[in-house]
Amino acid sequence: MADKILNKIYVKVWRQNNPTAKGRFETYTLENISQGNSFLEMMDILNDQLIRGGKDPIAFDHDCREGICGSCSLYINGHAHGPDTMVTTCQLHMRKFNEGQTITVEPWRVGAFPVIKDVMVDRTAFEKIQQAGGFISVNTGGVPDGNTIAISQDDAEEAMDAAACIGCGACAATCKNSSAMLFLAAKVSQFAKLPQGQVEAKRRAVAMYAKMDELGFGGCTNTGACELACPKSISIAHIARLNREYLKAKIAD
Amino acid sequence: MSNFLSATIGRKVFMSLTGLFLILFLTLHLSLNLFLIFDDSGILFNQAANFMATNPMIKIMEPILALGFIIHIIWATWITLINMRARPQGYASGDQLLKWWAPSKNMFILGGMILVFLVLHIFNFWVKLKITGDPLLAKATGTAAEMHNTYALVSNLFINFPLYDLLYVIAGILVGLHITHGFWSAFQTIGLSNIKWMKRLKFLANLIGVIFAVGFSAIPIYFLLKF
Repeated sequence: MADKILNKIYVKVWRQNNPTAKGRFETYTLENISQGNSFLEMMDILNDQLIRGGKDPIAFDHDCREGICGSCSLYINGHAHGPDTMVTTCQLHMRKFNEGQTITVEPWRVGAFPVIKDVMVDRTAFEKIQQAGGFISVNTGGVPDGNTIAISQDDAEEAMDAAACIGCGACAATCKNSSAMLFLAAKVSQFAKLPQGQVEAKRRAVAMYAKMDELGFGGCTNTGACELACPKSISIAHIARLNREYLKAKIAD
Repeated sequence: MSNFLSATIGRKVFMSLTGLFLILFLTLHLSLNLFLIFDDSGILFNQAANFMATNPMIKIMEPILALGFIIHIIWATWITLINMRARPQGYASGDQLLKWWAPSKNMFILGGMILVFLVLHIFNFWVKLKITGDPLLAKATGTAAEMHNTYALVSNLFINFPLYDLLYVIAGILVGLHITHGFWSAFQTIGLSNIKWMKRLKFLANLIGVIFAVGFSAIPIYFLLKF
């Protein structure tokens, strides 16, 4: 069955020439968009239209377009990654939109993620948090036999659930406090549940927490919006573990 | 330690612990208040009020309780201001993910409204009991010991001023809503939660919220209907 065609849609996009420029919304009209298109394909069509008209195309982040790289962002109609659950923007399809609808496209609005251009933001802050403690020590030398490190299935599953984080920033973008706690929790949790993560366990949560505060992210108030927006459905239960790891380290101090 | 106190998590631990302490206080408060419903003679309630006014342990707890409220309120304001700063520019399309009325999104507003009620509540009872006195307090009957007739003060307000009844019912509901988020959130903040316990704590939070909302609202409604 052929996909339906949206005869006309309106795309209201945030345009900003550079980080310091004052931005504004501009509305573009698009015709004959297939509902089978992905959201980013629609953006490509829009950009093609803009270029043909001699205008500056819209700058937006994208890379793998299969939901695993964490490059795409976009806050669409009041939802990070658009009005669908457990998907990144690149996995969002135009079938989620209706004929004649105005689609509002905004960049992540987080103080620590400054706009570079249009709807593209600088997410270096996440890299900095990761560098502060999101790593493990691995010794050089011979490879130890995998069977010597026993890990229960439950622990492995929970660590893997946390490790599914792609660092897209939807959690901070959707959080009313622009808090990076779900990201932080995922990065701490993926190691906290595994023996390999124990070497740095004492300093990891403390260092990453301090970096998050320093970069100007807000604090967590447990609204749970982040886990709903997260394309990988990472649970806020990991935030409890992060807090536990932090307080354990602090009390021992 | 100094960086713990100024870190976002440190600030939140204060909110969490004072919040849980205030829930304990409200549990005691509600338990004693229910004497208003279960004993129309007012003797039990007067005895309870007298115990609360004279017991040395309670006297020690009174300033600690006040401190708990003050920390909870000041820290909430502080945290909210910092969190607002983290997003200099908001979304034109708003937030369509969580409903606008979700208690978790409105803890500061709910808390603010409860604070307004708290001031009124203190003027209604505490000020009259401790400072200014009131003619209604003078004639407690049915007990051997000398004590204030607190029951008369409370019943007079609820029977003769329906506007106050309405305010007290609203406040009861606000406190209940505040706790449906606050209770489980407090455990989450101090790390005492996981994927299994989060569900249980959320259930308990809703249960306690409903008990507080219904319990506190029932008292003015009872006086309004019965007398």
